[in-house]
Amino acid sequence: MVELLSNNPPGIWHWLILSTILFSIGLYGVLIRKSAVGVLMSAELMLNAAVLNFVVFNHFVKPFTIDGELMGIFIIAVAAAEAVVAMAIFVAIFKHKKSIDITHIETMKG
Amino acid sequence: MNEGFILSNAWLIPAIPLISFFLVGMFIRPASKQAAGLVATSAVFLSAACAYMLAWEYYQAFAPEYQSIVPWSIEWLRYQEFLSVSVGVLVDPTSILLMVVVTTVSSLVHLYSIGYMHGEEGYGRYFTYLNLFTFSMLGLVVAPNIMQMFVCWELVGASSFLLIGYYYDKPSAVSASKKAFIVTRFADLGFLLGILILGYFGYHVYGVLSDSSTSVLAEMNQYSSTAIQPFDFKFLNHPAVIAQFADQGSLLGGISMLTLAMVLIFAGAAGKSAMFPLHIWLPDAMEGPTPVSALIHAATMVVAGVYLVARLFPVYAASGSALLIVAYIGAFTCLFAAVIGCTQDDIKRVLAFSTLSQLGYMMLSLGVATMAHPLGYTASLFHLFTHAFFKALLFLGAGSVIHAVHSNEIWDMGGLKRKMPVTHITFLIATIAIAGIPPFAGFFSKDEILAAALGNHHQIIFGIGLLVAGLTPFYMFRIYFVTFWGPHRTEGAEHAHESPPVMLLPLAILAVLAVIAGFVPMASFVHIGEPLGHHGINWAIAIPAILVALTGIGVAWFLYAGNQDRVSKLVQNLGVVYRVIKDKFYIDEVYLFITHNFIFKYISRPIAWFDRNVVDGSMNLTGWATRMSGWILSHMQTGQVQTYAAWYALSTIVVFGLLAVTLQ
Repeated sequence: MVELLSNNPPGIWHWLILSTILFSIGLYGVLIRKSAVGVLMSAELMLNAAVLNFVVFNHFVKPFTIDGELMGIFIIAVAAAEAVVAMAIFVAIFKHKKSIDITHIETMKG
Repeated sequence: MNEGFILSNAWLIPAIPLISFFLVGMFIRPASKQAAGLVATSAVFLSAACAYMLAWEYYQAFAPEYQSIVPWSIEWLRYQEFLSVSVGVLVDPTSILLMVVVTTVSSLVHLYSIGYMHGEEGYGRYFTYLNLFTFSMLGLVVAPNIMQMFVCWELVGASSFLLIGYYYDKPSAVSASKKAFIVTRFADLGFLLGILILGYFGYHVYGVLSDSSTSVLAEMNQYSSTAIQPFDFKFLNHPAVIAQFADQGSLLGGISMLTLAMVLIFAGAAGKSAMFPLHIWLPDAMEGPTPVSALIHAATMVVAGVYLVARLFPVYAASGSALLIVAYIGAFTCLFAAVIGCTQDDIKRVLAFSTLSQLGYMMLSLGVATMAHPLGYTASLFHLFTHAFFKALLFLGAGSVIHAVHSNEIWDMGGLKRKMPVTHITFLIATIAIAGIPPFAGFFSKDEILAAALGNHHQIIFGIGLLVAGLTPFYMFRIYFVTFWGPHRTEGAEHAHESPPVMLLPLAILAVLAVIAGFVPMASFVHIGEPLGHHGINWAIAIPAILVALTGIGVAWFLYAGNQDRVSKLVQNLGVVYRVIKDKFYIDEVYLFITHNFIFKYISRPIAWFDRNVVDGSMNLTGWATRMSGWILSHMQTGQVQTYAAWYALSTIVVFGLLAVTLQ
């Protein structure tokens, strides 16, 4: 297995397909999950797919720079901050509604 | 031009009541009723003082030619080059005459109203409207072009509507105000069409003249602060323009365009001056407060029609048939209204029919005049001048009586001679003045009208005039005897008191004017065409007229001064004739019949149906479609954040898919 991998290093297409799969799982979770925390987690997956894209393109297109990796670090930092804010909002909603099922949050209904 | 201050600032005369109207209406009226009355009254007195000074300065500066001048005007509406409408002030003897009459009567009526309207609910509102009316009327009088006149014409109509409907909680007053507005508005449609025809040809003629003979236009531009325009009276009345008008071809049946335009304009004048058959609104207009009747429906607004015909007199004279229509409608109204006036029991209605009759005199007098023998023109405006004073006095006197007795019916009055001595004397003076007994004012002007009719060989019209000269004293002395002589017929008459001094002062001033107004040498001030020679009293006409008038008074005395048996016997003998006259020849019923059975049924209803179903229907359909699509789309807004996200993701995929397809 190790040999196979070292003889056939994954190319850009493999990585991109992986990030697409990650993104699609995240999108699926965002659209389907009832729990707000689940939705947040799925969103994190989508973000990570994006990070993976940055790193992969950096590696294959401009190998001797760190622009894409830098961007990846930024996204991880922002995602962490966003998770904090989102969790705080969920706590507030939970205090108010005794539930964080997002199908119950429908005040904006027309 | 050596102009005085007022002459160069003649706009002040209409502007003062306008400013006062805004001040009183918006600021003073909510604060204090008393102040509203005082400010409104003093504004009109100030305006009157300006009018007198203007008259003095004009007659000083322009004797003996008396050109018509436009000392102030500004451009108002500009349609294109050589076609614009200005607002301005036209000063000539005729407009000065009207300005003096309007401001004098208006200021006295304002003063009188302070007493008459005391304690009324809408005291401040009343004075606001009265100021609005005074401004509109003065704006009409000084209009240098037919457009300004039309605008002010509608404004006086609107203020008349507001004042007739002053007691708006009284259904009869409301319907009277609507009637007045609709009838005059209907007539004004003719006026507007006439203006359009006249303006169309006026513009054409203007183009011809500015190409061929610029000297004519240059001559018209003299004494005017802005360039002459096709709508200006001075332009329309110029002989060169009238000559061009006459060439403008004719319609089917040989009616010239000029005649058509002038007849249409006369329709407007007949509506405002309540000529037969558009007279029906004036008797009902008596629902307004009595001072309003005195000012608007006797002395000033109703003479606007006469003034309009006088303003355009040269054009009317050029179209002889239009002038003949004016003469015969005037003569018919004169007789018709006088006959009805003999049978009415409401003191104000008798005066209203008397006003109609006197307006008929003025119209017929204009109608019999020609440019070669223009005595009728002067006579008409002379009668307008004297009539304004004695008719305003009659109305104010009647108001004083109504104020004391609290009834309009003459049979509720009686014996007021001793109770109200000042009112009695002034009313008597006015009655003699309208009856045409020398040396009171009405005699002189009526004599001139009769002389003008006979002088231009209109024997029928002269005959009608002479007959009405007998009817007028009859119906006037009828109400005089019933009101002031005999026993007190009711409690109200028993307990009548003389009115307060603030009401008696205007009566006294008007009484003096009703006596002396006839001595004004009108012929040397106001004339048209050739200057009239010295015109004394034509005794060959005056003596029969006086005899006819005395007969009328005698008959009235015989029937009404003593016991009532003679009247009731006469009424019984006349039977049906009396009923028909008393019901005003059923003209109102004819109108009702026509409007209900023809106009409402075949015109108004289909139009209303079309409006409701087609016009409103298409509007409603648009609204309905919008509402339905909104309702459908509102289902897309579920409040579910995941639905939105799904839409978003799907759309993104579609957009990127499309991009991918197109970019390949």
